[in-house]
Amino acid sequence: MSEVVVAHHDDHHDHGPDKGLARWLFTTNHKDIGTLYLWFSFTMFLIGGVMALIIRTELFQPGLQFIDPAFFNQMTTNHGLIMVFGAIMPAFVGLANWLVPMMVGAPDMALPRMNNLSFWILPFAFAMLISTLFMEGGGPNFGWTFYAPLSTTYAPDTVTYFIFGVHLMGASSIMGSINIIATILNMRAPGMTLMKMPLFVWTWLITAYLLLAVMPVLAGAVTMMLFDIHFGTSFFNAAGGGDPVMFQHIFWFFGHPEVYIMILPAFGIVSQIIPTFARKPLFGYDSMVYATASIAFLSFIVWAHHMFTVGMPLAGQLFFMYSTMLIAVPTGVKVFNWTATMWRGSMTFETPMLFAIAFVILFTIGGFSGLMLAITPVDYQYHDTYFVVAHFHYVLVPGALFSIIAAVYYWLPKWCGRMYDESLGKLHFWLSFIGVNVTFFPQHFSGLAGMPRRIPDYALQFADFNMVSSIGAFIFGFSQVFFLYVLIKTIRSGEPATDRVWEGAHGLEWTLPSPAPYHSFTTPPNVTDAEAHS
Amino acid sequence: MIKIWLKGLSGLGSVLVAGLAVADELNMRPGVTEISREVYDLHMLIFWICVAIGVVVFGVIFWSLIHHRKSAGHEAAQFHESTRLEIGWTLVPTLILIAMAYPATKTLVQMYDTGGEDMTVEVRGYQWKWQYKYLDEDLNSTFDFFSNLATPRDEISNRAAKGEHYLLEVDNALRIPTNRKVRFLLTSEDVIHAWWVPDFGIKRDAIPGILNELWAIVPEPGVYRGQCTELCGKDHGFMPVVVQAMPEAEYDAWYAEQVTAAEQRKEALSKTFTAEELMAEGEAVYNTFCASCHMPNGKGVPPVFPALDGSAIATGPLEDHLDIIINGKAGSAMQAFGKQLDAAQIAAVTHYERHAWSNNTGDMVQPRDVIAQMSSEQ
Amino acid sequence: MSRNIGSTGGHGRTVGKLCLMVCGMFAFGFALVPLYDMFCEVTGLGGRTGDQYAYDPASMQKDSSRLVKVNFVTNTNDGMAWEFWAESGGVRVHPGEVKEVKFYVRNPTKQRMVGQAIPSVVPGRAAQYFHKTECFCFNNQVLEPGETLEMPMRFIVDPDLPKNVPTVSLSYALFDITEMAAGNMKSRAEG
Repeated sequence: MSEVVVAHHDDHHDHGPDKGLARWLFTTNHKDIGTLYLWFSFTMFLIGGVMALIIRTELFQPGLQFIDPAFFNQMTTNHGLIMVFGAIMPAFVGLANWLVPMMVGAPDMALPRMNNLSFWILPFAFAMLISTLFMEGGGPNFGWTFYAPLSTTYAPDTVTYFIFGVHLMGASSIMGSINIIATILNMRAPGMTLMKMPLFVWTWLITAYLLLAVMPVLAGAVTMMLFDIHFGTSFFNAAGGGDPVMFQHIFWFFGHPEVYIMILPAFGIVSQIIPTFARKPLFGYDSMVYATASIAFLSFIVWAHHMFTVGMPLAGQLFFMYSTMLIAVPTGVKVFNWTATMWRGSMTFETPMLFAIAFVILFTIGGFSGLMLAITPVDYQYHDTYFVVAHFHYVLVPGALFSIIAAVYYWLPKWCGRMYDESLGKLHFWLSFIGVNVTFFPQHFSGLAGMPRRIPDYALQFADFNMVSSIGAFIFGFSQVFFLYVLIKTIRSGEPATDRVWEGAHGLEWTLPSPAPYHSFTTPPNVTDAEAHS
Repeated sequence: MIKIWLKGLSGLGSVLVAGLAVADELNMRPGVTEISREVYDLHMLIFWICVAIGVVVFGVIFWSLIHHRKSAGHEAAQFHESTRLEIGWTLVPTLILIAMAYPATKTLVQMYDTGGEDMTVEVRGYQWKWQYKYLDEDLNSTFDFFSNLATPRDEISNRAAKGEHYLLEVDNALRIPTNRKVRFLLTSEDVIHAWWVPDFGIKRDAIPGILNELWAIVPEPGVYRGQCTELCGKDHGFMPVVVQAMPEAEYDAWYAEQVTAAEQRKEALSKTFTAEELMAEGEAVYNTFCASCHMPNGKGVPPVFPALDGSAIATGPLEDHLDIIINGKAGSAMQAFGKQLDAAQIAAVTHYERHAWSNNTGDMVQPRDVIAQMSSEQ
Repeated sequence: MSRNIGSTGGHGRTVGKLCLMVCGMFAFGFALVPLYDMFCEVTGLGGRTGDQYAYDPASMQKDSSRLVKVNFVTNTNDGMAWEFWAESGGVRVHPGEVKEVKFYVRNPTKQRMVGQAIPSVVPGRAAQYFHKTECFCFNNQVLEPGETLEMPMRFIVDPDLPKNVPTVSLSYALFDITEMAAGNMKSRAEG
């Protein structure tokens, strides 16, 4: 993505990148690896998107038209796995690679060789996962949540590939997180104290700790599955004294923090972008940091709200209902802080700002449906219906994904030294905004009307909503192909960008030339009040 | 293709119109039980609270977007913190949450008020159907039956027009009396399923090896439809839940009838039937369970559903024929009927298939043959 | 606060601590299994009942003023061919009194098979008050072809059972563990 200019600093190991494929295979440069992560996640995003469109094509009308139910289940499962582990998470890691060293004034990531390894594991992991679709018996078909015994005793043979795929993805995430934490803790420029760090760095620091806490638990869960399937143990097999419900507890002990892993960096991005275009410092920096930390903490004690229908005792249901409702408080603080940042600012609406504002509004809508889902007695009616589908797509698509797109528009000029075409960017925004709402808003209605999720065919009363939803999905899908075009056009022939890029931008990365030199901050920069939170 | 898209666009239009006209279609159903109505009220309460918060927050955002823009000449203020505000917008939402938690807790406690039931039904999930077992006052199992999707395959594969209750219709609905507290005990044969009747406001997972319970008092007679709501494999979308609530007297009559019929069926297992009896019973069973795929004339719909008329199985050795009916055929639409039909029914339908149409193997199939075959398995 | 450029050695301590955290959480994932079991047994989560109960008649007063309905749900799982039934669908008992109920299994197949019954109780809050002094679910059952086995189950409902629990349902799900008992690793490659 970057057109690299060799930096001429007082750098004693001053050299540019290797040429050709070797540069990408053996690179230990944080910018190269960031670029690799971002392109990888975009590829996965398109593959997962094609699966989504296959699903929406089948659901366009009632009746079975294009695919059979068995393949439909493989599509929903792989769409979920690829979007979560292949698109959203690697995109955030890619952004962290590019931005964290530049934001804290470090020359590179703390562990550059491990950085290379943690990226290059991913293509293998996903090649393994996707290859199962072409194997006998088909790929994973038990939902991205892979509840036992559907994913153990009743799983297709390819489940073993899936398990190893998850192990590899987990290893990659863990290495990436260790690297990010070490960089943030050890490599900040003098004067860049913790409470002066940009919020993107803060949110990533907390996210990385979350990842280290829960990815090993996921690894444990799939290892237990592996043992149950191949070595005759009975962790989740009722016949041998195991418990299928325990699988859900372990999975969601990982799964709920995982949800925040996908949204905390998004909070960070939006907290960088809104002040820039409001030309006003972020409101309530300290409370933003504390709110992020409390959300991370709460994420460990709410997991069973995904399991309100398994038949927990009353006390358990009440505990998880109350703790889940509590999350609304720090999340609300964040939304209020962003609102207060915009209030009495001097706003302009370039593409990153449009995506950031859409994030705040649509994420809040997703938050509202989340609050409704937290209320246990009502959740019985929502549970496993399209209302849930609408809810988590609202927080993941106009939430996590919009923040990533906003980040790309915001920092792309710094990465490649060229400015994107503003009118194309705005067109992309409006297409995405309309597409996402047309797709997911009607799903609230089909869910409330009683349509279960993960079904390939549905009763007639859901037909209108599904048709609208499918049309929206195609609008959204094609607007992301358009995004690819905008990106390529920018990288190839965009107008040269200035160093500061945005009038209101603050932060160490904007003190570097555009494009950012291959090696930056080889001597620590001065952290002035203008470039750090003070 | 263009036609489909046009239809889609008109669908979009019709939804918008319909949305304005009947807000009911867009919302959760209030349902018919006390619990479901309370749940609906709770849902609406929280919805309006969210709308109110949304109006305030989005109102401030949009005000700001319109007035505090650079192009309108607005200069940026530089304030960036206010402890008072922060405390305020931490406390106020907390109070709102407490206000929500109170009625939610009340309803939940009420839902957990099991016991004191008038009758009990065991609900058992299978891939991909439900089984209902009725228990008498002493909690002995009296009779049971399976509840299969009744929508014809032609409707699913778009060869026939879809009926009103497409995918929400079953061959045997669960029948319960009105105004009595019915307790449902949920388990599963294989994977996790979930049993949901939206109009009763109840949903619970059916988990292998674990028992769960639910209850409902239904005041109005009627047919209530729901679906399995936990991904349970290939045909997860094709195992509806249909409950028919009947007036008490009507239900009692039906129940007594079923108990007698069950006793007769039990006796039938040790009986020896005549060829005529086997053919008559067999035809009835065939038309209920087999004809939708294999067709009433036994010609099937090749290649998906093979013909039975003249087939190698239906005219070959009895053992193989029974085997496929009892255990189904893996990887095909042919399901296992071993648990769904009793030995007398299997004997009759097997006999029928071997002697109907142009088939004529000349043998007799009795319930004891089926029992013997089932015992020799494994 | 000053950064450590050019030597990865400076990151050793950080990385070491983080790796320790990763290993700890991996172990914690597995520790959740016994923790969950313990939690279930204490709270009755998932309707788990405890192991064999050491009954001390002196410590338990029979409560004749109260009758609790206990019903039995018997099923075979995963298409297992055994027949499995209780002598009656349910009994009414006074809390504190020992009750015996006979269960039966029959193996109609031509093979020797091993079965294991898994108990579960609803409502969950009753599980910890449901004591079994003798139960076939503590062991597995080995049945020869055609064999029928009578299995007594003795239980006591604790007088401390909350007053608002008039009915306790006990389910036994019978699983075929012939392969598992033979130590045959279930191999997908073969299956």
